[in-house]
Amino acid sequence: MKKITSLAAASAIAIGMVSGAQAASATLDSVKDKGFVQCGVSTGLPGFSNPDEKGNWQGMDVDVCRAVAAATLGDASKVKFIPLTAKERFTALQSGEIDILSRNTTWTQTRDTTLGLNFAGVNYYDGQGFMVSKNLGVKSAKELDGAAVCIQSGTTTELNLSDYFRLNKMTFSPVVFDSSDQTVKGFEAGRCDVLTSDQSQLYALRIKLADPSSAMVLPEVISKEPLGPVVRQGDDQWFNIVKWSLNAMINAEELGLTSANIDSEKDSADPSIARFVGKDGPKGSGMELSDDWAYQIIKQVGNYGEGFERNVGSGSPLKIDRGVNALWSQGGFLYAPPMR
Amino acid sequence: MPSDVNKGVAPSSKPKFWNDPDKRAMLFQILMILTVLGFFAYIISNALYNLKTRGITTGFDFLDQSAGFEILLHLIPFDATFSFGRTFMVGLLNTLLVSFLGVIFATTLGFVMGIARLSDNWLISKVATAYIEIFRNIPLLLQILFWYVAVLQPLPLPKQSIEMGAAFLNNRGLYLPAPVFESGFGFVMIALAIAIAAVVFLFRWNKKRQDETGQRFPVIWVSLGLLIGLPFVVYLIMGSPMSWDYPVLKGFNFRGGATIIPELMALLIALSVYTGTFIAEIVRSGILAVSSGQSEAAQALGLSKNRTLRLIVIPQAMRVIIPPLTSQYLNLIKNSSLATAIGYPDLVSVFMGTTLNQTGQAIEIIFMTMAVYLTINMIVSMLMNLYNKRMSLVER
Repeated sequence: MKKITSLAAASAIAIGMVSGAQAASATLDSVKDKGFVQCGVSTGLPGFSNPDEKGNWQGMDVDVCRAVAAATLGDASKVKFIPLTAKERFTALQSGEIDILSRNTTWTQTRDTTLGLNFAGVNYYDGQGFMVSKNLGVKSAKELDGAAVCIQSGTTTELNLSDYFRLNKMTFSPVVFDSSDQTVKGFEAGRCDVLTSDQSQLYALRIKLADPSSAMVLPEVISKEPLGPVVRQGDDQWFNIVKWSLNAMINAEELGLTSANIDSEKDSADPSIARFVGKDGPKGSGMELSDDWAYQIIKQVGNYGEGFERNVGSGSPLKIDRGVNALWSQGGFLYAPPMR
Repeated sequence: MPSDVNKGVAPSSKPKFWNDPDKRAMLFQILMILTVLGFFAYIISNALYNLKTRGITTGFDFLDQSAGFEILLHLIPFDATFSFGRTFMVGLLNTLLVSFLGVIFATTLGFVMGIARLSDNWLISKVATAYIEIFRNIPLLLQILFWYVAVLQPLPLPKQSIEMGAAFLNNRGLYLPAPVFESGFGFVMIALAIAIAAVVFLFRWNKKRQDETGQRFPVIWVSLGLLIGLPFVVYLIMGSPMSWDYPVLKGFNFRGGATIIPELMALLIALSVYTGTFIAEIVRSGILAVSSGQSEAAQALGLSKNRTLRLIVIPQAMRVIIPPLTSQYLNLIKNSSLATAIGYPDLVSVFMGTTLNQTGQAIEIIFMTMAVYLTINMIVSMLMNLYNKRMSLVER
């Protein structure tokens, strides 16, 4: 009899352990317990996620994580950045090592539907391009038949590249490296004729070259690369928080709210602004956040446009044009759902 | 006397089965096996359950999907339209290629250096010592990066290639003329097969004759003549059924011919040079393990120094050498996975890198990769153990 009860107890424990793993889904609670947001970023990509000379992470992707920290913890500095290579990123998110993956990651069907992940929006609309050395004398990607191409492993870039060359009946030899640094070094050393990546990255990597003026980016854009933050599937609350943190940054730009003027505009009569700062409307209760969550984001991180200018636009060495990343009202693609 | 003792025990007082050490041991072993099996069953079912609740696709269906990416070096036909399963084969063959060549080069280098270190010639033995001490004590990853970044990458660009006859060397690799076999070349291959068979027969005949009469026949020279001469004569009779495909600079790169990519060169050099140092030390210890009385006896019998080494010392040293040599081969095969650091498309880089990323099926892919390394190394161990058995001292 004693044996039977102990067997039953053992199996009950086993079942409990299996089902116990399922309940661990409240990312927000764990973030509040830890006191910081764990954010997966690149190993160093100027303009998107790159540590500055003081060791502080800066960039478009970094701002998303800071916004989430401001919304959830009220302090944009409470982020722990974890640099990941393209190969490591999804496993790190799946296994719970990070809370958000914000690492110029392209939103694709495979990634969204089969990896147990959710894309929380788009913070940069990009497209794949080619960078070549100027003395190669190439003016168009169509002239690249037979070229050796440096690529970073584990990216959509690898797939687009072979589609493009196959479609245009050209051949190439792929030289695949693990990190973007190695890719740039290979390109610089002449191991390959062409470096291919998302256009924004090409501009960012070009300034890493010893002589940036020796290379040029070809005009062709061969793919759609909507880049955005990613979270684990199965925690809708956290998904909503990341999605709306990004939406808040875009909406703030539309409303003309900046980190500089939000304190003075806070008491504005405009009902949209009143809803934005949490005096009215849905506030933060639906996401279990404080009422001024969106105010904290803008106050501490700034709106989307500010971040763009500071990180990749005219205020940065990259000098990337707003282009399609302008607001919908200014001819771009950025269109955030209303906050009401 | 003992039979009396047995008779003294009454059959009725047979010990309970838990008091019988054999049966008790059996019981514990069964329990142990059940626990281990249960543990694995539990973690596998747990992983499957969690993957399912998190919406992560599992299973091996991805192996049939088309890969969509290209691989720099493939020994079997491959392009982006082939399946992920094919990327596995391509990666595996690339790993086997570098491992196989690495084992051959490391063994050759190791034997030469190991014997050189024991040389009476001061210069030769010091050169061997310097080689061993330098390359044994620098981490392998650093050596791979050294050969790749510091030696091969600074080579000139394709347009300024170093010309070596019909071959070209630049920072994209070594471009060699490739043989093109035309119809009729099959006969040359048949001639070669006949020559090999004849050589095997010749060796057996020579051994038998030497055992019986003590006379020796210059087998080495005759076999070399057979191996080269017979196919060559057939080649001429068939009207030279082979031409060369020369590499030509066209556009950005050389086209045609055969290419040895710098990633393969760097990895192969680093692996061979590094593992060669360990093999050299193993060879040296093996030779020193043969007592000097053996060579003295051989000299007393009038054998030359060369033949003493070949007939007396090395066969006995092999018994000491083979077991640690096997571990070095296994290390070399495992170390080849460092290829990913310089972008050589081996199994880890192609399958556990790109394929894993494009499909996201980490558990299946890592499991397959580990199983492959395990299988390769088990096979190598098995072959080396068979060889060891053949080489071991036959006691009479």
